[in-house]
Amino acid sequence: MTNNDNKDKTLAQILRSRGISRRGFLKFCAATASMMAMSPAMIPKIAHALENARRPSVIWLSFQECTGCTESLTRAHTATVESLIFDAISLDYHHTLQAASGHAAEEARETAMKENYGEYLLVVDGSIPMGNPGYSTIAGISNYDMLMETAKGAAAIIAVGTCATYGGIPQAKPNPTGAVSVRDLIKDKPIINVPGCPPIPVVITGVLTHFLTFGTIPELDHLGRPKVFYGQSIHDRCYRRPFYDKGLFAETFDDEGAKKGWCLYKLGCKGPTTYNACATTKWNDGTSWPIEAGHPCLGCSEPDFWDGGGFYKALSMPTENITQTVIYTAAGAVAAGLMLGARNLSKKEQAKAAHSNTTIDDLKK
Amino acid sequence: MPESETGAIKFNIQIGDELTQNVKPLLHEVKHGLEKLIETGKITVIDLRSIPLAPNEEDKILNILGQGEVVAKLDALGLSEVVETKYTGVWLVTHYNDEDHIISRFIEVTTMPEILCSQTEDIMAAYSRLTLDLEDSLKTNESVVEKSA
Repeated sequence: MTNNDNKDKTLAQILRSRGISRRGFLKFCAATASMMAMSPAMIPKIAHALENARRPSVIWLSFQECTGCTESLTRAHTATVESLIFDAISLDYHHTLQAASGHAAEEARETAMKENYGEYLLVVDGSIPMGNPGYSTIAGISNYDMLMETAKGAAAIIAVGTCATYGGIPQAKPNPTGAVSVRDLIKDKPIINVPGCPPIPVVITGVLTHFLTFGTIPELDHLGRPKVFYGQSIHDRCYRRPFYDKGLFAETFDDEGAKKGWCLYKLGCKGPTTYNACATTKWNDGTSWPIEAGHPCLGCSEPDFWDGGGFYKALSMPTENITQTVIYTAAGAVAAGLMLGARNLSKKEQAKAAHSNTTIDDLKK
Repeated sequence: MPESETGAIKFNIQIGDELTQNVKPLLHEVKHGLEKLIETGKITVIDLRSIPLAPNEEDKILNILGQGEVVAKLDALGLSEVVETKYTGVWLVTHYNDEDHIISRFIEVTTMPEILCSQTEDIMAAYSRLTLDLEDSLKTNESVVEKSA
Protein backbone atom coordinates (compact mmCIF):
# COMPACT_ATOMS: atom_id res chain seq x y z
CA MET A 1 0.00 0.00 0.00
CA THR A 2 1.45 3.38 -0.95
CA ASN A 3 0.58 6.97 -0.35
CA ASN A 4 -1.59 8.95 -2.71
CA ASP A 5 1.38 10.90 -4.13
CA ASN A 6 2.03 7.90 -6.35
CA LYS A 7 -1.52 7.65 -7.61
CA ASP A 8 -0.96 9.19 -11.04
CA LYS A 9 2.61 8.04 -11.54
CA THR A 10 3.62 5.17 -13.76
CA LEU A 11 5.51 2.26 -12.27
CA ALA A 12 8.72 3.38 -14.00
CA GLN A 13 8.34 6.86 -12.49
CA ILE A 14 7.76 5.39 -9.01
CA LEU A 15 10.91 3.26 -9.35
CA ARG A 16 12.99 6.17 -10.62
CA SER A 17 11.76 8.41 -7.78
CA ARG A 18 13.00 5.72 -5.39
CA GLY A 19 16.48 5.90 -6.95
CA ILE A 20 16.18 2.63 -8.85
CA SER A 21 18.29 2.70 -12.00
CA ARG A 22 17.29 1.60 -15.48
CA ARG A 23 19.44 -1.49 -14.93
CA GLY A 24 17.36 -2.26 -11.83
CA PHE A 25 14.23 -1.74 -13.91
CA LEU A 26 15.50 -4.16 -16.58
CA LYS A 27 16.29 -6.70 -13.88
CA PHE A 28 12.77 -6.26 -12.52
CA CYS A 29 11.36 -6.87 -16.02
CA ALA A 30 13.55 -9.97 -16.52
CA ALA A 31 12.39 -11.43 -13.18
CA THR A 32 8.79 -10.56 -14.08
CA ALA A 33 9.03 -12.35 -17.44
CA SER A 34 10.52 -15.40 -15.75
CA MET A 35 7.87 -15.29 -13.02
CA MET A 36 5.04 -15.06 -15.55
CA ALA A 37 6.50 -17.97 -17.51
CA MET A 38 6.90 -15.69 -20.50
CA SER A 39 9.55 -16.00 -23.15
CA PRO A 40 12.65 -13.90 -22.43
CA ALA A 41 11.89 -12.26 -25.79
CA MET A 42 8.99 -10.55 -23.95
CA ILE A 43 11.34 -8.63 -21.61
CA PRO A 44 11.56 -5.49 -23.84
CA LYS A 45 7.75 -5.55 -24.29
CA ILE A 46 7.19 -5.80 -20.53
CA ALA A 47 9.64 -2.92 -20.01
CA HIS A 48 7.76 -0.81 -22.59
CA ALA A 49 4.33 -1.64 -21.09
CA LEU A 50 5.45 -0.91 -17.54
CA GLU A 51 6.82 2.47 -18.62
CA ASN A 52 3.19 3.55 -18.96
CA ALA A 53 1.43 1.31 -16.39
CA ARG A 54 -0.50 3.15 -13.67
CA ARG A 55 -1.22 1.60 -10.30
CA PRO A 56 -4.70 0.11 -10.03
CA SER A 57 -6.83 -0.03 -6.90
CA VAL A 58 -7.18 -3.56 -5.52
CA ILE A 59 -9.90 -4.75 -3.13
CA TRP A 60 -9.30 -8.17 -1.57
CA LEU A 61 -12.25 -10.02 -0.01
CA SER A 62 -11.76 -13.14 2.13
CA PHE A 63 -14.77 -15.41 2.65
CA GLN A 64 -14.93 -19.09 3.73
CA GLU A 65 -11.19 -19.74 3.72
CA CYS A 66 -8.28 -20.72 5.95
CA THR A 67 -6.07 -17.69 5.09
CA GLY A 68 -3.62 -20.10 3.43
CA CYS A 69 -3.86 -18.12 0.18
CA THR A 70 -2.82 -14.88 1.91
CA GLU A 71 -0.11 -16.78 3.80
CA SER A 72 1.15 -18.06 0.46
CA LEU A 73 1.11 -14.61 -1.13
CA THR A 74 2.95 -12.92 1.73
CA ARG A 75 5.67 -15.53 1.46
CA ALA A 76 6.29 -14.92 -2.24
CA HIS A 77 9.97 -15.67 -2.57
CA THR A 78 11.05 -12.98 -5.00
CA ALA A 79 10.77 -10.43 -2.23
CA THR A 80 12.20 -7.47 -4.09
CA VAL A 81 10.04 -7.92 -7.15
CA GLU A 82 6.87 -8.58 -5.17
CA SER A 83 7.42 -5.56 -2.96
CA LEU A 84 7.76 -3.45 -6.07
CA ILE A 85 4.54 -4.86 -7.47
CA PHE A 86 2.73 -4.17 -4.23
CA ASP A 87 4.16 -0.68 -4.13
CA ALA A 88 2.78 -0.28 -7.61
CA ILE A 89 -0.76 -1.30 -6.73
CA SER A 90 -3.03 0.34 -4.24
CA LEU A 91 -4.22 -2.47 -1.96
CA ASP A 92 -7.14 -0.53 -0.51
CA TYR A 93 -8.89 -3.33 1.41
CA HIS A 94 -7.66 -6.64 2.79
CA HIS A 95 -9.14 -7.30 6.22
CA THR A 96 -6.30 -9.60 7.31
CA LEU A 97 -3.43 -7.36 6.23
CA GLN A 98 -4.78 -3.85 6.72
CA ALA A 99 -4.19 -1.88 9.91
CA ALA A 100 -7.72 -0.45 10.00
CA SER A 101 -10.56 -2.51 11.46
CA GLY A 102 -14.31 -2.24 11.99
CA HIS A 103 -16.02 0.81 10.49
CA ALA A 104 -12.73 2.33 9.28
CA ALA A 105 -11.93 -0.80 7.29
CA GLU A 106 -15.38 -0.93 5.68
CA GLU A 107 -15.12 2.77 4.92
CA ALA A 108 -11.82 2.13 3.10
CA ARG A 109 -13.58 -0.45 0.92
CA GLU A 110 -16.49 1.84 0.16
CA THR A 111 -14.19 4.77 -0.65
CA ALA A 112 -12.04 2.64 -2.95
CA MET A 113 -15.16 1.39 -4.74
CA LYS A 114 -16.54 4.91 -5.16
CA GLU A 115 -13.29 6.54 -6.31
CA ASN A 116 -12.31 3.77 -8.71
CA TYR A 117 -15.72 2.59 -9.90
CA GLY A 118 -15.38 0.44 -13.02
CA GLU A 119 -11.59 0.32 -12.76
CA TYR A 120 -10.60 -1.51 -9.59
CA LEU A 121 -9.44 -5.10 -9.41
CA LEU A 122 -11.36 -7.40 -7.07
CA VAL A 123 -9.48 -10.34 -5.54
CA VAL A 124 -11.53 -12.99 -3.74
CA ASP A 125 -10.31 -15.92 -1.68
CA GLY A 126 -12.70 -18.37 -0.02
CA SER A 127 -16.05 -19.77 -1.10
CA ILE A 128 -19.43 -18.17 -0.55
CA PRO A 129 -21.96 -19.97 1.72
CA MET A 130 -25.47 -19.98 0.27
CA GLY A 131 -27.08 -22.19 2.94
CA ASN A 132 -27.43 -19.52 5.60
CA PRO A 133 -26.04 -15.94 5.35
CA GLY A 134 -24.95 -16.20 9.00
CA TYR A 135 -22.39 -18.93 8.26
CA SER A 136 -19.84 -16.28 7.28
CA THR A 137 -20.13 -12.51 7.64
CA ILE A 138 -17.80 -9.51 7.68
CA ALA A 139 -18.90 -6.44 9.64
CA GLY A 140 -22.38 -7.96 9.75
CA ILE A 141 -22.55 -8.20 5.95
CA SER A 142 -23.04 -11.64 4.47
CA ASN A 143 -20.35 -12.89 2.10
CA TYR A 144 -22.89 -13.05 -0.74
CA ASP A 145 -24.01 -9.43 -0.27
CA MET A 146 -20.44 -8.14 0.01
CA LEU A 147 -19.34 -10.01 -3.10
CA MET A 148 -22.28 -8.85 -5.21
CA GLU A 149 -21.93 -5.24 -4.05
CA THR A 150 -18.16 -5.09 -4.60
CA ALA A 151 -18.20 -6.99 -7.91
CA LYS A 152 -20.52 -4.42 -9.51
CA GLY A 153 -17.83 -1.79 -10.02
CA ALA A 154 -14.88 -4.13 -10.61
CA ALA A 155 -12.98 -4.12 -13.91
CA ALA A 156 -12.10 -7.78 -13.39
CA ILE A 157 -12.17 -10.39 -10.63
CA ILE A 158 -9.34 -12.71 -9.60
CA ALA A 159 -10.60 -15.77 -7.70
CA VAL A 160 -7.59 -16.88 -5.66
CA GLY A 161 -7.39 -20.43 -4.31
CA THR A 162 -9.46 -23.55 -4.89
CA CYS A 163 -12.26 -22.36 -2.56
CA ALA A 164 -12.98 -19.17 -4.51
CA THR A 165 -12.36 -20.92 -7.80
CA TYR A 166 -14.43 -24.09 -7.43
CA GLY A 167 -15.91 -24.04 -3.90
CA GLY A 168 -12.95 -26.01 -2.56
CA ILE A 169 -12.87 -27.78 0.77
CA PRO A 170 -15.98 -25.98 2.16
CA GLN A 171 -17.84 -27.44 -0.82
CA ALA A 172 -16.56 -30.98 -0.17
CA LYS A 173 -19.37 -33.48 0.30
CA PRO A 174 -21.80 -33.04 2.01
CA ASN A 175 -21.16 -29.27 1.58
CA PRO A 176 -22.80 -28.25 4.90
CA THR A 177 -22.74 -24.50 4.18
CA GLY A 178 -23.94 -24.68 0.58
CA ALA A 179 -20.58 -23.28 -0.53
CA VAL A 180 -20.28 -22.01 -4.11
CA SER A 181 -17.49 -20.43 -6.16
CA VAL A 182 -17.24 -16.86 -7.44
CA ARG A 183 -17.94 -18.05 -10.98
CA ASP A 184 -21.17 -19.71 -9.80
CA LEU A 185 -22.50 -16.28 -8.79
CA ILE A 186 -20.93 -13.69 -11.09
CA LYS A 187 -21.67 -14.02 -14.77
CA ASP A 188 -21.14 -10.54 -16.17
CA LYS A 189 -17.49 -9.82 -15.29
CA PRO A 190 -14.18 -11.22 -16.51
CA ILE A 191 -13.04 -13.74 -13.86
CA ILE A 192 -9.51 -15.13 -13.65
CA ASN A 193 -9.36 -18.37 -11.67
CA VAL A 194 -6.10 -18.99 -9.80
CA PRO A 195 -6.74 -22.36 -8.11
CA GLY A 196 -4.44 -24.24 -5.77
CA CYS A 197 -4.57 -25.09 -2.10
CA PRO A 198 -2.89 -22.68 -1.79
CA PRO A 199 -1.89 -21.30 -5.18
CA ILE A 200 1.83 -20.85 -5.82
CA PRO A 201 2.74 -17.35 -4.55
CA VAL A 202 4.36 -16.21 -7.77
CA VAL A 203 1.31 -17.38 -9.71
CA ILE A 204 -0.86 -14.99 -7.66
CA THR A 205 1.55 -12.12 -8.15
CA GLY A 206 2.12 -13.13 -11.77
CA VAL A 207 -1.57 -12.62 -12.55
CA LEU A 208 -1.57 -9.28 -10.71
CA THR A 209 1.54 -8.28 -12.64
CA HIS A 210 -0.01 -9.26 -15.94
CA PHE A 211 -2.96 -7.00 -15.25
CA LEU A 212 -0.63 -4.24 -14.10
CA THR A 213 1.65 -4.63 -17.11
CA PHE A 214 -0.83 -5.04 -19.91
CA GLY A 215 -4.08 -3.79 -18.36
CA THR A 216 -5.81 -6.91 -19.66
CA ILE A 217 -6.53 -10.37 -18.35
CA PRO A 218 -4.23 -13.19 -19.50
CA GLU A 219 -5.32 -15.92 -21.90
CA LEU A 220 -7.46 -18.43 -19.98
CA ASP A 221 -8.22 -22.15 -20.33
CA HIS A 222 -11.68 -23.77 -20.19
CA LEU A 223 -11.71 -23.49 -16.38
CA GLY A 224 -10.83 -19.80 -16.47
CA ARG A 225 -7.19 -20.37 -15.45
CA PRO A 226 -4.28 -18.42 -16.98
CA LYS A 227 -2.67 -20.65 -19.58
CA VAL A 228 0.83 -19.38 -18.81
CA PHE A 229 0.67 -21.11 -15.44
CA TYR A 230 -1.93 -23.84 -15.96
CA GLY A 231 -1.29 -24.66 -19.62
CA GLN A 232 0.65 -27.86 -19.02
CA SER A 233 0.06 -30.83 -16.77
CA ILE A 234 2.26 -31.56 -13.76
CA HIS A 235 2.97 -34.91 -15.43
CA ASP A 236 4.30 -33.33 -18.62
CA ARG A 237 6.68 -31.05 -16.70
CA CYS A 238 7.67 -33.58 -14.03
CA TYR A 239 11.34 -34.50 -13.75
CA ARG A 240 10.23 -38.07 -12.82
CA ARG A 241 8.37 -38.43 -16.12
CA PRO A 242 11.16 -40.52 -17.77
CA PHE A 243 10.53 -43.20 -15.10
CA TYR A 244 6.82 -43.27 -15.95
CA ASP A 245 7.72 -43.73 -19.60
CA LYS A 246 10.03 -46.62 -18.68
CA GLY A 247 7.40 -48.20 -16.40
CA LEU A 248 9.46 -47.70 -13.23
CA PHE A 249 7.18 -46.95 -10.26
CA ALA A 250 7.48 -46.63 -6.48
CA GLU A 251 5.00 -49.15 -5.04
CA THR A 252 5.25 -47.95 -1.42
CA PHE A 253 6.76 -44.89 0.26
CA ASP A 254 9.83 -46.76 1.46
CA ASP A 255 10.64 -49.28 -1.25
CA GLU A 256 13.63 -49.27 -3.60
CA GLY A 257 11.64 -47.37 -6.24
CA ALA A 258 10.82 -44.58 -3.79
CA LYS A 259 14.47 -44.34 -2.76
CA LYS A 260 15.58 -44.16 -6.38
CA GLY A 261 13.13 -41.36 -7.12
CA TRP A 262 10.90 -43.35 -9.49
CA CYS A 263 7.45 -42.25 -10.64
CA LEU A 264 4.76 -41.89 -7.92
CA TYR A 265 1.81 -42.70 -10.18
CA LYS A 266 0.93 -45.92 -8.35
CA LEU A 267 1.00 -44.08 -5.01
CA GLY A 268 -1.88 -41.91 -6.18
CA CYS A 269 -0.09 -39.09 -8.01
CA LYS A 270 -2.65 -36.85 -9.74
CA GLY A 271 0.03 -35.25 -11.92
CA PRO A 272 -1.41 -36.61 -15.18
CA THR A 273 -4.76 -34.86 -14.63
CA THR A 274 -3.52 -31.75 -12.81
CA TYR A 275 -2.59 -28.49 -14.46
CA ASN A 276 -0.33 -26.18 -12.45
CA ALA A 277 3.16 -24.67 -12.42
CA CYS A 278 4.64 -26.50 -9.38
CA ALA A 279 7.05 -28.61 -11.46
CA THR A 280 8.97 -25.59 -12.75
CA THR A 281 8.18 -22.77 -10.31
CA LYS A 282 8.50 -24.97 -7.20
CA TRP A 283 7.91 -23.84 -3.57
CA ASN A 284 9.84 -22.29 -0.70
CA ASP A 285 12.31 -20.10 -2.56
CA GLY A 286 12.25 -22.53 -5.48
CA THR A 287 13.71 -25.19 -3.15
CA SER A 288 11.44 -28.14 -3.89
CA TRP A 289 7.89 -29.24 -4.53
CA PRO A 290 5.74 -32.17 -3.34
CA ILE A 291 6.87 -34.70 -5.95
CA GLU A 292 10.54 -33.79 -5.43
CA ALA A 293 9.95 -34.34 -1.70
CA GLY A 294 8.66 -37.84 -2.49
CA HIS A 295 4.92 -37.23 -2.18
CA PRO A 296 2.39 -37.64 -4.98
CA CYS A 297 0.58 -34.60 -6.34
CA LEU A 298 -2.87 -34.23 -4.73
CA GLY A 299 -4.29 -32.35 -7.70
CA CYS A 300 -5.26 -29.33 -5.59
CA SER A 301 -5.72 -27.03 -8.58
CA GLU A 302 -8.45 -29.20 -10.10
CA PRO A 303 -12.20 -29.08 -9.31
CA ASP A 304 -13.44 -31.37 -6.51
CA PHE A 305 -9.94 -32.62 -5.68
CA TRP A 306 -11.08 -33.25 -2.10
CA ASP A 307 -13.79 -35.64 -3.27
CA GLY A 308 -11.58 -37.37 -5.81
CA GLY A 309 -11.79 -40.76 -4.14
CA GLY A 310 -8.53 -40.92 -2.19
CA PHE A 311 -5.19 -39.13 -2.37
CA TYR A 312 -3.23 -42.39 -2.40
CA LYS A 313 -5.31 -44.25 -4.93
CA ALA A 314 -3.79 -44.54 -8.40
CA LEU A 315 -5.71 -42.68 -11.09
CA SER A 316 -6.38 -45.95 -12.88
CA MET A 317 -8.38 -47.26 -9.90
CA PRO A 318 -12.13 -46.55 -9.68
CA THR A 319 -12.87 -43.43 -7.67
CA GLU A 320 -16.64 -43.05 -8.04
CA ASN A 321 -19.30 -44.59 -5.84
CA ILE A 322 -18.31 -48.23 -5.55
CA THR A 323 -21.87 -49.56 -5.91
CA GLN A 324 -22.08 -47.79 -9.26
CA THR A 325 -18.74 -49.25 -10.25
CA VAL A 326 -20.06 -52.73 -9.51
CA ILE A 327 -23.13 -52.07 -11.66
CA TYR A 328 -21.02 -50.81 -14.56
CA THR A 329 -18.55 -53.62 -14.40
CA ALA A 330 -21.37 -56.17 -14.15
CA ALA A 331 -23.04 -54.62 -17.18
CA GLY A 332 -19.80 -54.96 -19.08
CA ALA A 333 -19.48 -58.54 -17.88
CA VAL A 334 -15.77 -58.13 -17.32
CA ALA A 335 -14.69 -60.80 -14.90
CA ALA A 336 -11.68 -58.86 -13.63
CA GLY A 337 -13.82 -55.81 -13.06
CA LEU A 338 -16.34 -57.87 -11.13
CA MET A 339 -13.63 -59.19 -8.88
CA LEU A 340 -12.25 -55.70 -8.29
CA GLY A 341 -15.72 -54.32 -7.57
CA ALA A 342 -16.50 -57.13 -5.15
CA ARG A 343 -13.15 -56.65 -3.41
CA ASN A 344 -13.69 -52.90 -3.06
CA LEU A 345 -17.26 -53.39 -1.81
CA SER A 346 -16.00 -55.80 0.79
CA LYS A 347 -13.27 -53.30 1.79
CA LYS A 348 -15.91 -50.58 2.12
CA GLU A 349 -18.05 -52.72 4.37
CA GLN A 350 -15.04 -53.60 6.53
CA ALA A 351 -14.15 -49.91 6.80
CA LYS A 352 -17.73 -49.08 7.75
CA ALA A 353 -17.73 -51.76 10.44
CA ALA A 354 -14.47 -50.48 11.86
CA HIS A 355 -15.80 -46.92 12.34
CA SER A 356 -18.62 -45.70 14.53
CA ASN A 357 -20.09 -42.22 14.83
CA THR A 358 -18.71 -39.92 17.52
CA THR A 359 -21.26 -39.14 20.22
CA ILE A 360 -21.47 -36.42 22.87
CA ASP A 361 -20.48 -39.04 25.44
CA ASP A 362 -17.28 -39.75 23.49
CA LEU A 363 -16.33 -36.08 23.58
CA LYS A 364 -16.87 -35.94 27.36
CA LYS A 365 -14.43 -38.81 27.96
CA MET B 1 17.70 -43.44 8.25
CA PRO B 2 21.41 -42.37 8.19
CA GLU B 3 22.52 -39.13 9.85
CA SER B 4 25.26 -36.81 8.59
CA GLU B 5 28.09 -35.44 10.76
CA THR B 6 26.01 -32.34 11.49
CA GLY B 7 23.17 -34.50 12.77
CA ALA B 8 20.87 -33.67 9.85
CA ILE B 9 18.92 -36.61 8.46
CA LYS B 10 20.14 -37.65 5.03
CA PHE B 11 17.63 -39.22 2.70
CA ASN B 12 18.89 -42.00 0.57
CA ILE B 13 17.45 -40.72 -2.68
CA GLN B 14 19.69 -41.66 -5.55
CA ILE B 15 19.44 -39.34 -8.51
CA GLY B 16 20.56 -40.96 -11.72
CA ASP B 17 22.42 -39.13 -14.48
CA GLU B 18 20.39 -37.55 -17.25
CA LEU B 19 17.20 -37.83 -15.19
CA THR B 20 15.02 -35.54 -17.28
CA GLN B 21 17.18 -35.88 -20.37
CA ASN B 22 16.91 -32.12 -20.75
CA VAL B 23 20.60 -31.33 -20.20
CA LYS B 24 21.88 -32.31 -23.65
CA PRO B 25 19.01 -30.71 -25.64
CA LEU B 26 19.56 -27.49 -23.70
CA LEU B 27 23.27 -27.50 -24.54
CA HIS B 28 22.35 -28.07 -28.19
CA GLU B 29 20.03 -25.06 -27.95
CA VAL B 30 23.01 -23.04 -26.70
CA LYS B 31 25.05 -24.31 -29.65
CA HIS B 32 22.30 -23.26 -32.07
CA GLY B 33 22.29 -19.88 -30.32
CA LEU B 34 26.00 -19.49 -31.08
CA GLU B 35 25.39 -20.41 -34.72
CA LYS B 36 22.67 -17.75 -34.92
CA LEU B 37 24.93 -15.18 -33.28
CA ILE B 38 27.74 -15.88 -35.73
CA GLU B 39 25.52 -15.89 -38.83
CA THR B 40 23.00 -13.14 -38.06
CA GLY B 41 24.20 -11.34 -34.94
CA LYS B 42 20.87 -12.14 -33.24
CA ILE B 43 20.88 -12.97 -29.54
CA THR B 44 19.30 -15.98 -27.77
CA VAL B 45 18.03 -15.90 -24.20
CA ILE B 46 17.10 -19.12 -22.35
CA ASP B 47 15.21 -18.94 -19.05
CA LEU B 48 16.60 -21.79 -16.94
CA ARG B 49 13.58 -21.63 -14.62
CA SER B 50 11.15 -22.50 -17.40
CA ILE B 51 12.64 -25.93 -18.10
CA PRO B 52 11.89 -28.99 -15.96
CA LEU B 53 15.18 -30.03 -14.39
CA ALA B 54 15.79 -32.65 -11.73
CA PRO B 55 17.73 -31.79 -8.57
CA ASN B 56 21.40 -31.16 -9.48
CA GLU B 57 20.74 -30.92 -13.21
CA GLU B 58 21.04 -27.13 -13.21
CA ASP B 59 24.40 -27.47 -11.45
CA LYS B 60 25.42 -29.99 -14.08
CA ILE B 61 24.67 -27.49 -16.86
CA LEU B 62 26.59 -24.76 -15.04
CA ASN B 63 29.56 -27.09 -14.54
CA ILE B 64 29.64 -28.01 -18.20
CA LEU B 65 29.50 -24.36 -19.28
CA GLY B 66 32.19 -23.43 -16.75
CA GLN B 67 33.66 -19.97 -16.23
CA GLY B 68 35.48 -17.86 -18.82
CA GLU B 69 37.28 -14.54 -18.82
CA VAL B 70 34.62 -12.17 -17.51
CA VAL B 71 32.87 -12.06 -14.13
CA ALA B 72 30.78 -8.96 -13.36
CA LYS B 73 28.66 -8.11 -10.35
CA LEU B 74 25.85 -5.54 -10.37
CA ASP B 75 24.19 -3.98 -7.40
CA ALA B 76 20.72 -3.08 -8.68
CA LEU B 77 17.68 -4.20 -6.66
CA GLY B 78 19.86 -6.86 -5.06
CA LEU B 79 22.92 -8.53 -6.50
CA SER B 80 23.21 -9.78 -10.08
CA GLU B 81 26.06 -11.89 -11.42
CA VAL B 82 27.01 -11.86 -15.07
CA VAL B 83 29.55 -14.52 -16.00
CA GLU B 84 30.94 -15.31 -19.41
CA THR B 85 31.23 -19.07 -19.61
CA LYS B 86 34.24 -20.88 -21.06
CA TYR B 87 32.33 -20.82 -24.35
CA THR B 88 32.86 -17.21 -25.46
CA GLY B 89 29.57 -15.49 -26.26
CA VAL B 90 27.64 -17.70 -23.83
CA TRP B 91 26.80 -15.78 -20.65
CA LEU B 92 25.15 -16.83 -17.44
CA VAL B 93 23.05 -14.06 -15.88
CA THR B 94 21.79 -14.67 -12.33
CA HIS B 95 19.58 -12.18 -10.51
CA TYR B 96 19.24 -12.28 -6.72
CA ASN B 97 16.83 -10.39 -4.46
CA ASP B 98 17.73 -8.50 -1.29
CA GLU B 99 17.69 -11.77 0.66
CA ASP B 100 20.21 -13.36 -1.74
CA HIS B 101 17.64 -15.75 -3.17
CA ILE B 102 17.86 -16.40 -6.89
CA ILE B 103 14.86 -14.79 -8.59
CA SER B 104 15.78 -15.60 -12.16
CA ARG B 105 18.60 -17.20 -14.10
CA PHE B 106 19.20 -16.91 -17.83
CA ILE B 107 21.70 -18.20 -20.36
CA GLU B 108 22.29 -15.40 -22.86
CA VAL B 109 24.08 -16.01 -26.13
CA THR B 110 25.30 -12.55 -27.08
CA THR B 111 28.40 -10.37 -27.36
CA MET B 112 27.37 -8.43 -24.24
CA PRO B 113 24.31 -8.91 -22.01
CA GLU B 114 22.07 -5.85 -22.18
CA ILE B 115 22.08 -5.40 -18.41
CA LEU B 116 25.84 -4.71 -18.43
CA CYS B 117 25.52 -1.78 -20.85
CA SER B 118 25.05 1.71 -19.41
CA GLN B 119 21.42 2.67 -19.99
CA THR B 120 20.46 5.92 -21.74
CA GLU B 121 18.15 7.03 -18.88
CA ASP B 122 20.91 6.45 -16.33
CA ILE B 123 23.47 8.32 -18.50
CA MET B 124 21.08 11.29 -18.77
CA ALA B 125 20.50 11.24 -14.99
CA ALA B 126 24.27 11.05 -14.43
CA TYR B 127 24.80 14.05 -16.73
CA SER B 128 22.24 16.12 -14.77
CA ARG B 129 23.73 15.04 -11.46
CA LEU B 130 27.30 15.94 -12.44
CA THR B 131 26.15 19.27 -13.85
CA LEU B 132 24.39 20.11 -10.58
CA ASP B 133 27.39 19.01 -8.52
CA LEU B 134 29.68 21.27 -10.57
CA GLU B 135 27.28 24.21 -10.22
CA ASP B 136 27.13 23.65 -6.47
CA SER B 137 30.90 23.53 -6.22
CA LEU B 138 31.17 26.85 -8.08
CA LYS B 139 28.75 28.43 -5.58
CA THR B 140 30.47 27.07 -2.50
CA ASN B 141 34.05 27.09 -3.84
CA GLU B 142 34.22 23.44 -2.77
CA SER B 143 35.61 21.08 -5.39
CA VAL B 144 33.58 18.10 -6.55
CA VAL B 145 36.45 15.92 -5.31
CA GLU B 146 36.28 17.44 -1.81
CA LYS B 147 32.51 17.11 -1.77
CA SER B 148 32.54 13.44 -2.67
CA ALA B 149 35.27 12.84 -0.06
